[in-house]
Amino acid sequence: MFTSNLFAELSEVISPAMMQGYIALMVLLVMGGTILDMMHKKSAQYFFENAKKAQKNAKRSVGGGEKASIAASVLVNEVLTSGEFSNPRRRLSHLLTMWGTIIFVVATAIMILFYPTPATPTPTILPALWHIGALMLAVGGYWFWFAIRVDVSAEGLPWFRFERADLFILSLIATSTFALIWSFTGGGLTLSFALFILSTTVLFGGVYWSKFAHMFFKPAAAYQKKITRADGSRENLPPDYDLTDPEVQRKFPDVPMYMGKNPPNMGLCIKAERANHY
Amino acid sequence: MPTFVYMTRCDGCGECVDICPSDIMHIDKKLRRAYNIEPSMCWECYSCVKACPHHAIDVRGYADFAPLGHSVRVIRDEEKGTIAWRIKFRSGKKDMELLAPITTKPWGSATPKLADEPTPSQEMRDSQLLFNEPKYIRMDEGGLHTLESNGLEIKKGVQY
Repeated sequence: MFTSNLFAELSEVISPAMMQGYIALMVLLVMGGTILDMMHKKSAQYFFENAKKAQKNAKRSVGGGEKASIAASVLVNEVLTSGEFSNPRRRLSHLLTMWGTIIFVVATAIMILFYPTPATPTPTILPALWHIGALMLAVGGYWFWFAIRVDVSAEGLPWFRFERADLFILSLIATSTFALIWSFTGGGLTLSFALFILSTTVLFGGVYWSKFAHMFFKPAAAYQKKITRADGSRENLPPDYDLTDPEVQRKFPDVPMYMGKNPPNMGLCIKAERANHY
Repeated sequence: MPTFVYMTRCDGCGECVDICPSDIMHIDKKLRRAYNIEPSMCWECYSCVKACPHHAIDVRGYADFAPLGHSVRVIRDEEKGTIAWRIKFRSGKKDMELLAPITTKPWGSATPKLADEPTPSQEMRDSQLLFNEPKYIRMDEGGLHTLESNGLEIKKGVQY
């Protein structure tokens, strides 16, 4: 079950061209939805104007090499490892859903585009990756839905209450769940397959209404944030003072007077434990 | 100076919702980002400003404090034990910085270890004095410090 290409088996009922056409349609829907979303929310325009404003407050110019290293660190920290999350549970759940989705979608596309029929044998790694991706997505998605979602974890609302903003996570969970049920029940043209396709269509077709587009502008926002730290504008935040610096001690004499010239690390304080009021 | 949220910086983690003592920081149902639902009920304790891991919450200063369009931003650094403020006017000509200690000892190290203290005697239990009194209110230096003992008196009326 984990090693067979269910789409190749399905090609006896649905032609490979139709399946490939569906993939192309989903790609077009994502592109169109993202463009419409950006035009509607004006997110690209906002970030562009914000970047120009930050540049005016810059204390030093950031060179091309430094920009490249910042872009690389955004790619490693924010994009690939979801480093923007300060809460480790949210980060782990995001990693599971993000990498699960990528593995699942890429494996699906490769199997349908390059191994569409039983005549072209599929390497066993691809169906295995398809199942692993769907499982990761389901684990991360259900964990998020029942325990981590801010409405449940901070607002104290019941897990079954949902809004249009939940369209993205619900369609992701539904896609992985129905895909796994479809696989476990042997594939073919079944009700679980119809629900799998329906939830996938909602996932990729609902980009305009969901938060799917965040994967495109979030890295840009993270890059801009790091640039403001590098050029000294810091979004108007106070500097990151070194308490042992004599200049800082001269400017703020309360610090050496009450804390000494070389203050120790004071510990985590309220960050030592996770807030959980519900 | 009630607080407000920059929604583009907020990631909807809910730290401010958890910490707000007035229960006015909530998550927008559509956008899933935090916002101050009732600024007039804000205690201005700045717990949310300090707790936000993304510095997405700011303070809207009063007009007599800084002209409109200014920025008041703060970083509470627990590990350094300091709080840093930066107040910048709209024109950018005034850009003021403040750094102050918020602790002088590592967090928790000055908390009394009550379990290690000797059990109070019956006489201490019957006394009106609380734990560590009179030492902490300096009565051992000759009674409570009062206006009278310090040669001061309350003036009647409003004093400016």
